[in-house]
Amino acid sequence: MINSLFIYFYKNDKTNIIYMNLHEYQAKEVLHSFGVPVQRGIVAHTTEEAVAAAQKLQAETNTPIWVVKAQIHAGGRGKGGGVKLAKSLEELRERADAMIGMNLVTKQTGAEGKKVHKVLIAEDVYLPGESEPKEFYLSMLMDRGKGKNVIIYSTEGGVDIETVAEETPHLVHKEWVDIGMGLLPFQARKIAYNLGLSGTAFKNMVKFVGKLYKAYTGIDASMLEINPLFKTASDQIIAVDAKISLDESALYRHKDLAELRDVLEEDPTEVEAGKYGLNFVKLDGNVGCMVNGAGLAMATMDIIKLSGGEPANFLDVGGKANAETVEAGFRIILKDPNVKAILVNIFGGIVRCDRVANGVVQAYKNIGEINVPIIVRLQGTNAEIAKKIIDESGLEVHSAILLKEAAEKVAEVMAS
Amino acid sequence: MAVLVGKQSKVIVQGFTGTEGSFHAGQMIEYGTNVVGGVTPSKGGQIHLGRPVFNTVDEAIAATNADVSIIFVPPRFAADAIMEAAAAGIKVIIAITEGIPVQDMVKVKAFLEDYDCRLVGPNCPGVMTPGEAKVGIMPGFIHNPGKIGIVSRSGTLTYEAVDQVTKAGLGQSTCIGIGGDPIVGTTTKDAVELLMNDPDTEGIIMIGEIGGSMEADAAYWIKENATKPVVGFIAGQTAPPGRRMGHAGAIVGGKDDTAAAKMEIMRQCGIHVVESPAIIGATMAEALKKTTVG
Repeated sequence: MINSLFIYFYKNDKTNIIYMNLHEYQAKEVLHSFGVPVQRGIVAHTTEEAVAAAQKLQAETNTPIWVVKAQIHAGGRGKGGGVKLAKSLEELRERADAMIGMNLVTKQTGAEGKKVHKVLIAEDVYLPGESEPKEFYLSMLMDRGKGKNVIIYSTEGGVDIETVAEETPHLVHKEWVDIGMGLLPFQARKIAYNLGLSGTAFKNMVKFVGKLYKAYTGIDASMLEINPLFKTASDQIIAVDAKISLDESALYRHKDLAELRDVLEEDPTEVEAGKYGLNFVKLDGNVGCMVNGAGLAMATMDIIKLSGGEPANFLDVGGKANAETVEAGFRIILKDPNVKAILVNIFGGIVRCDRVANGVVQAYKNIGEINVPIIVRLQGTNAEIAKKIIDESGLEVHSAILLKEAAEKVAEVMAS
Repeated sequence: MAVLVGKQSKVIVQGFTGTEGSFHAGQMIEYGTNVVGGVTPSKGGQIHLGRPVFNTVDEAIAATNADVSIIFVPPRFAADAIMEAAAAGIKVIIAITEGIPVQDMVKVKAFLEDYDCRLVGPNCPGVMTPGEAKVGIMPGFIHNPGKIGIVSRSGTLTYEAVDQVTKAGLGQSTCIGIGGDPIVGTTTKDAVELLMNDPDTEGIIMIGEIGGSMEADAAYWIKENATKPVVGFIAGQTAPPGRRMGHAGAIVGGKDDTAAAKMEIMRQCGIHVVESPAIIGATMAEALKKTTVG
């Protein structure tokens, strides 16, 4: 699930990412390994584990109270009831018990919400002391337009950064980093000054930003967001929350991080499709589609809409449009009870259309009963032979060669 | 002579002896592309597909005067291959490889600033000048030499447009697949500018998709500089915000990079925008007629 920061910066800086999200507790462990100071905590999967975690944490950190934080891949947890204070072990037990297994609905989960499978028991860092505690905001990501890494930061932390950027854009600062030089000392100092810091807090912030940038590049993060970034009453600078998205293309060089993937946070159908090498995204419509190539897949979704339907999915079979992948694709699409028709759109270049056609026929027979009309549009190498194979198969499959014909067939099916 | 690649191009293949490189180099040679050799580290001295294999791009240039390189090197070595080509003096580098880490491309982009070369891609189908040179993975037979230039972020959707152009009785001058990644060497605007300045191109088809601002940037440039009709399509009108649609760069982040927003900007800049990808070719034919009559 994308968070508001992404939305905001896509809009304004045209940044972009390919991401695998980490949980807060995972992100904090990763940052800690780079020497970045973080709010300490222990993850728990059950109420009993939560109580034990709280006791252990108290022994280690002397925290008088605890924060119970739901671990889901979505922001806005506080407002949704996914972050609670616990002032006693009894209260902690109650909080953890209520939170584990609950369906948490936040601004970013959508109305269906997300099930909470684990909680982070964290120390309280908001203790009074010599200086006034203060929350800031800081994130690092790739600026798509400039092709450079950018650090975004603000004195307004702990709140929705999108709102800050909309209402008070002058409070959001940016620092672009030269990839060859890395983050330079003057840039870290500038950030700390712009956050209004001095003395010990200033020095700690300079160190914090330097280490955080090393972590950002060191793990091939697509995005790293610290909100709130916190100055304690004793002038320590720590990450109270941490969101990390990793570049999937770079996971080959971070095997340890790849293992942090939590498939419980992903759509099960999408996970299954991935096993067959299919790139699948579930949507809400009534016409399924299976296409080779991402651009053509999006264009096919558009055709479905223009023909009076709504796309039920995005599915790119890539260069491997054969009987096996076509069958897997059909099975995945047919899991969705809303699907009223399926449009297969293959432009055969290197892939031969007659082979794909045979694949469709074989898949159809293997699955046995398919109760929705299927429109198969095959164009390119051996398209005519492919159409013949489909037409003579005796199956309830409509064939087309031109994209326009396929669109008309979809419209016919939707109207009937 | 169209743009980027043509009869005069001397092409080398980096990742020549690998599965992908071998297959597509074979197809390119069959099409008539002047493939003068290939590079695979530690396989220098061999002959592959009837062409010499070199250990380095430097050696390949010294022996063949190559000026174009196409890269099939696997993702983890691809950024290095691009930089090697640039440093050796290749003028047009076409990177087919999909899945190069973003931080690697950030480095490549900074590195290329010091060299006089053009990178096309990565994650692209390549560049095609029909009848002269196919430097990519596109099917050759759907193309026909002609006057329409095509720019696209996609593979098969480009083939769709090419096929429609051919069926509309027109042909292509050069088709440039710029790639679907967040960081690409040649932007939509760069490619449109090349075609706008090409005397052999009479009309331009610009195919974009959700995500980023490349189409809007191109549209504003077209508004000021167009001397030929431009037909445009944006894929992903039905894509939901925040979900990546296959291509690394195809994701709607906000109200400014939706298909609808891009199409509106393109319309305002005088581009013939089609809602349906099924009528790209026909719309180009119409646009050309109007231009000739007017």
